[in-house]
Amino acid sequence: MMEHEVELLKLIEKNANLSVDKLAKLMGKKPAEIEEMIAHLEEKKAILGYSTLIDWAKVANEEEVTAMVDVKVTPARGVGFDKVAERIYRFPEVKAVYLMSGAYDLSVSVRGNTMMEIGRFISEKLSTLESVLSTTTHFVLKKYKHDGIILEDEDDDDKRIVVSP
Amino acid sequence: MNQYLSKQVADLKPSGIRKFFDLAAQMDDVISLGVGEPDFVTPWTFIEQSFHALEQGYTSYTENAGMIELREQISGYLQKHYALDYQPDDQVIVTVGASQAIDLALRTIVNPGDEVIVVEPSFVAYVPAISLAGGTPVTIQTKAEDAFKLKPEQIEEAITPNTKAIMLCNPNNPTGTFLTKDELEPLAAVIEKHDLIVLSDEIYAELTYDENYTSFPSIARMKERTILISGFSKAFAMTGWRLGYATGPAELISAMVKIHQYTMMCAPTMAQHAALEALKNGRQSLQDMVDSYKQRRNFIVSSLNEIGLDCPNPGGAFYAFPSIQATGLTSAEFAEELLQEEQVAVVPGDVFGANGEGYIRCSYATSLKQLDEAMERMKRFVTKRLEKAPVHAEASN
Repeated sequence: MMEHEVELLKLIEKNANLSVDKLAKLMGKKPAEIEEMIAHLEEKKAILGYSTLIDWAKVANEEEVTAMVDVKVTPARGVGFDKVAERIYRFPEVKAVYLMSGAYDLSVSVRGNTMMEIGRFISEKLSTLESVLSTTTHFVLKKYKHDGIILEDEDDDDKRIVVSP
Repeated sequence: MNQYLSKQVADLKPSGIRKFFDLAAQMDDVISLGVGEPDFVTPWTFIEQSFHALEQGYTSYTENAGMIELREQISGYLQKHYALDYQPDDQVIVTVGASQAIDLALRTIVNPGDEVIVVEPSFVAYVPAISLAGGTPVTIQTKAEDAFKLKPEQIEEAITPNTKAIMLCNPNNPTGTFLTKDELEPLAAVIEKHDLIVLSDEIYAELTYDENYTSFPSIARMKERTILISGFSKAFAMTGWRLGYATGPAELISAMVKIHQYTMMCAPTMAQHAALEALKNGRQSLQDMVDSYKQRRNFIVSSLNEIGLDCPNPGGAFYAFPSIQATGLTSAEFAEELLQEEQVAVVPGDVFGANGEGYIRCSYATSLKQLDEAMERMKRFVTKRLEKAPVHAEASN
């Protein structure tokens, strides 16, 4: 990948809201060049989407519950863990699935409106899958930092004096 | 009480920046492009290492010249990045900011009546520091048409039988001008011919964006006549820690240590521990900050030019130095009116030397969001002025 593509990706990874014009200025390129790069990166699926990080805890009546579920599974011949992973990640409640080294196989992040809802999903859907041997569920109590962003970072004022040599 | 002041201090002019600071500090909602320091907070790993050192009980003095581990790291760093060979035991001193290193270096070499050349526009502390050391500052005015780059013939013209030394600052504060090896070599030839000492302030050396940096003492035969001055403030976002260093010939450095031991003892211990971590594990943090400065430089330079303020692309530091001559205002008027009308603080160029008149210094060590808003406000301000002064506007195109 070209160096300027990496630069572009790093910029929009941090802030997907930057306009094409601003990206062009930041990178010393023409807006048309930026548009072309983005189109190219989308086409080869280096860019998969543009999402917004929201602290749902701050939105009234929209509280959410997240659970990290450690899942032990039986891998299937020929396809390894991929087939069972797919069975799991197809569920819309599942927000992330990773194959892990160590004591269990899949780490599954599940999101729902209530603990009950998540409990029901795990007992009725996840743990009843044929290749799933066991599940251990950990509920998230508080989010401090997510995807590199500190959630309650209120003290980020500029502490510098206004003019200095 | 003024009769009690030493003549030297009484004669010192107050900094032009100070006056402007007082004005800006009284106002609300100011976006400041007037700050000469990074907007980044010191990378957490350095801070954490400093906590750890404090917990371990590192709260006492260090050796006068600084912890030997830190001097070894500085020596290794200069070797790795600039091919410079300085012995940690007698050619490196750790100081309280690069500012103290400048003061020590001047006091080490200056006798009353000695002249020291300063290249303007320049950092505001050089001229007073020379005076306080008992020397006579002699200024060279670089030219806008040379992109504020120092020319060897300008040094020749400034030299008298009393010239002892020259202060260089590369990349330059306030212009952001960056001199390459090819541009430094002819300067070195004149310096050698006239047997001058060089105080090379390289505090912005890591902040260069387009070309490789050449440290002045790495030029042939310059190491033996150069005191290299640098520090952690700008590259590692550590201004408040007050930690710098100087390297040079052992005789000069040990003389600096002598003054340092009587006037300062040593640089702060907890800051030295943070600096040690910066040199050991700070490269990625530094690179991330440099990448960000470069992007913001691109952004501010193209925005300023769009607004109608002619601004060449500065090769280093984090300052843009656009001409405001098209507006028909002086630097001081521009800065003051901009602050009053749009609450954007910039520094009038004339505080950095007479040839800074007609220019302003805009620091781009500010978040993109703030920069963007500042450019919007400046656009409003400048557009109004250009309408009033169409002749000037045309001349600048």
